[in-house]
Amino acid sequence: MASNHPLPAIAGTTLFDGEQAKKGYALNKMCFSFNSADNRAEFQQDEEAYMRKYRLTEPQAAAIRARNVLQLIAAGGNAYYLAKFAGIFGLDMQDIGAQQTGLTKDEFKARLVAAGK
Amino acid sequence: MAKLIGCIGTSHIPAIGGAIHKGLQQDPYWKPFFDGFPPIREWLGKVKPDVVVIFYNDHGLNFFLDKMPTFAVGAAPQYNTADEGWGIPVLPPFKGELDLSWQIINTLVEKEFDIVTCQEMLVDHACTLPLKLFWPEGECPVTVVPICINTVQFPLPKASRVYAMGKAVGEAIAAWDSDKTVAVIGSGGLSHQLDGERAGHINKAFDLQFMESLLSNPEWATQFSIHELVEKTGTQGVELLMWLAMRAALTPGKGSGVRKVHSNYHIPISNTATGLLALEKVD
Repeated sequence: MASNHPLPAIAGTTLFDGEQAKKGYALNKMCFSFNSADNRAEFQQDEEAYMRKYRLTEPQAAAIRARNVLQLIAAGGNAYYLAKFAGIFGLDMQDIGAQQTGLTKDEFKARLVAAGK
Repeated sequence: MAKLIGCIGTSHIPAIGGAIHKGLQQDPYWKPFFDGFPPIREWLGKVKPDVVVIFYNDHGLNFFLDKMPTFAVGAAPQYNTADEGWGIPVLPPFKGELDLSWQIINTLVEKEFDIVTCQEMLVDHACTLPLKLFWPEGECPVTVVPICINTVQFPLPKASRVYAMGKAVGEAIAAWDSDKTVAVIGSGGLSHQLDGERAGHINKAFDLQFMESLLSNPEWATQFSIHELVEKTGTQGVELLMWLAMRAALTPGKGSGVRKVHSNYHIPISNTATGLLALEKVD
């Protein structure tokens, strides 16, 4: 049974609730495994085999291949675990923020600075 | 009985660990953040806590979605750090304070908080960075009791529940049969959002009002639902729950008043509005 969401949606925001947690379990489990340097190396050696090992769904695998954060979230990814995936590529949170908002990194950083004025 | 001397709230961001490691404290980007800490270190040097209780949220180091506790209390003789996936340096272990861990566990369960207890617990940057920021030199001089509050998977505990839990922890500390001095840390927030098209969301007005409320009206934020807190402060801004638990620990009994030692607020570090607030308990 699908859970109800009586609360108004927050624009541009996906709450990582039970629905997302169920949908994203395999993807998040793979990202959790990236705490280990050995696992990160194994993933980088053969991404497809590593994704099969964690039984990612096709949308999850496609989002990983595309390095697309919004698609990863849509596929059930959780920000805290996805950060470990991003770390493999040396991406920081401002790279991730820029990608999701369609801004350049400099534009994204300027927006943050403006929020402090 | 143990003496509870005050509390310190601070933001935690993995990049801070990198900046400390690289010695960037005086770098123009980092200076407005690190400059908040010397007055607090000076105060800590005077009041010299022996033990700190730290409210923090795990970021997928110790806990995964296979088992996700709402409240988890550390009861380990020592707490190890580990690779969190980004290669920030692993730190030496932090010493636990077993007697206080069990005092808190026993008190919380008696007060009907059905917590998880952890005799082994990896602690991540949220738990360790405040310790490095407050005591940058040498071995950490305090023992620790980490208390993890879930901010990973919704539903999160309500702000009012977190406040009540923090208050119960304060009561446990106050009733602890020990001559030790205890401080409480809240590690998280303030407003920020990492995920979604709204990534980069920051709410300075709310943050400043929240920090002010901890001085004058600590239950102020409990009027908001989790949904409202996320809407106002971002999906990770909701980590302000750690500050709420921390502040609540100072409220019980006589002498619930506080004095502000120091505060700082700076936007941005990484994607985050960083807050820092130390309050001394005034008897």
